[in-house]
Amino acid sequence: MSERKTLTEAEFKTRSRRSFLTGIAGMAAGYGGWRAIQNDEPVDRIPGVLRSMHERNGSIWQALYDGDRLSKTYDPSRAETLRVNGTRGIREEIDLDQWTMDIVGRSGSTIGTHEIADIHALPFTEMTVEHRCVEGWSSIVTWGGTTFSNLAAMYAADAEAPIVNLSTPDNGYYVSLDRDSMMHPQTLLAWELNGEPLTQRHGAPLRLVTPLKYGIKQLKRIGTITFADERGPDFWNERGYDWYSGL
Amino acid sequence: MTDTITPGGTEAADGLDPTGPPERVAVEKHPRAIRWMHWLNFPILTVMIWSGLRIYWSFDVSRVPSIRFGEETLFPEGFYDVLQLDRKLARGMAFHFSFGWLFLINGLAYVLYLAFSREWRHLVPRLSELKKIPAVLMHDIGLRKDKPEQGQYNVMQQLAYSAVIVMGFIALATGFAIYKPVQLGWLTALFGGYKSARLIHFIVTMSFMAFFVVHILQVVRAGFGNFWSMITGYELEPVEATNPESETEMEVADV
Repeated sequence: MSERKTLTEAEFKTRSRRSFLTGIAGMAAGYGGWRAIQNDEPVDRIPGVLRSMHERNGSIWQALYDGDRLSKTYDPSRAETLRVNGTRGIREEIDLDQWTMDIVGRSGSTIGTHEIADIHALPFTEMTVEHRCVEGWSSIVTWGGTTFSNLAAMYAADAEAPIVNLSTPDNGYYVSLDRDSMMHPQTLLAWELNGEPLTQRHGAPLRLVTPLKYGIKQLKRIGTITFADERGPDFWNERGYDWYSGL
Repeated sequence: MTDTITPGGTEAADGLDPTGPPERVAVEKHPRAIRWMHWLNFPILTVMIWSGLRIYWSFDVSRVPSIRFGEETLFPEGFYDVLQLDRKLARGMAFHFSFGWLFLINGLAYVLYLAFSREWRHLVPRLSELKKIPAVLMHDIGLRKDKPEQGQYNVMQQLAYSAVIVMGFIALATGFAIYKPVQLGWLTALFGGYKSARLIHFIVTMSFMAFFVVHILQVVRAGFGNFWSMITGYELEPVEATNPESETEMEVADV
């Protein structure tokens, strides 16, 4: 303690004045910075500077991404009832027998069309994982389906594209995801939930499921899958949410 | 020596004692780095809690089955209305995941500074200090007149300031655990899973609020000079107080 610096009372007065002014300047700068963020030109409904932070965070986590890391799996007996949280793009019931799914290639033209039987013929996988909503809740559920990579294998050349865009048949809901997440072994085209066929409210006949993303990315009732070089429209990204939304 | 001083300090004028001992001297209390990091942390943490509550709004902890507060939500609707926390989830996340880095950087810088400057010795209570807890508490609530002997901080302040560093660490760790529960799955598992990590993250946030209240009370109790020293770095003290030996001499001289 004895080595502590000291000032005379006069020096202290000068210092007090200077510190006070620094404090005022600091508060003014803080307030100015705060206003600048709030008033920054919005990009997809949030201030541009925050949008670019989302993008920067996305790049960081995409760079750190390791496809061998799996979302924790649980015993199927732990499965809970999953609430229906979003009905955009699936408000009207459809005739499931009439359903088909289009595959669009990098060139923008349709390169395939599938009936549900084609998809059911792919290797079946089941997993019990935590389904996490961007709102903060989560439920443990069992999904049954086939890995997206099984479908992608049928379109090997186009599936090299860095982006996969998906939309509902009526285009009322649409998402855009990075290829790495789509090719993950826990990213499924699912037709079963907790051992039962999907209900229409949960996305029958075929939906996207991936514990690597929040539920907002896990599109129900797939109408079109597009292998693309550019991000397609993404419903919640357009409404202020992070595009990457990776977990 | 003191008994030779005449009123008006005429010795100085006579040239006998040109430097004349000042009555008070400002002693350094807080290094510049600590003051900057302290004051930067205040707005950063405020933004983190504010944006965190916007995220929390969309799924109240009271709805987490493990800690139900009856049918009521923890915060009344008016709480969200007044603070404009409702229906701002997207903005909440955008602010939280941007300012979170500032909180991390400032926190790391603070801990590294404490470690390398040895300032941590003022903050971490020695075992021998712990027995002063009752005395300090009695003094703080006004039931004991004399102030227990202390270093830079009393033991309760030391406990509060040490705890808040641990809290900051838990806030960051649980934050990353719920931010990246797959890529940082080991961290999520460490906190007992996703829901549990989210709950701990919320509880530590409430602890920051509690710390804030205690901190303000302690600062009020410690007086304005103490508060001002967090801004200027120095606190005025009587000259005698800096040297206990001269104090004894003076008492003898007075007698």
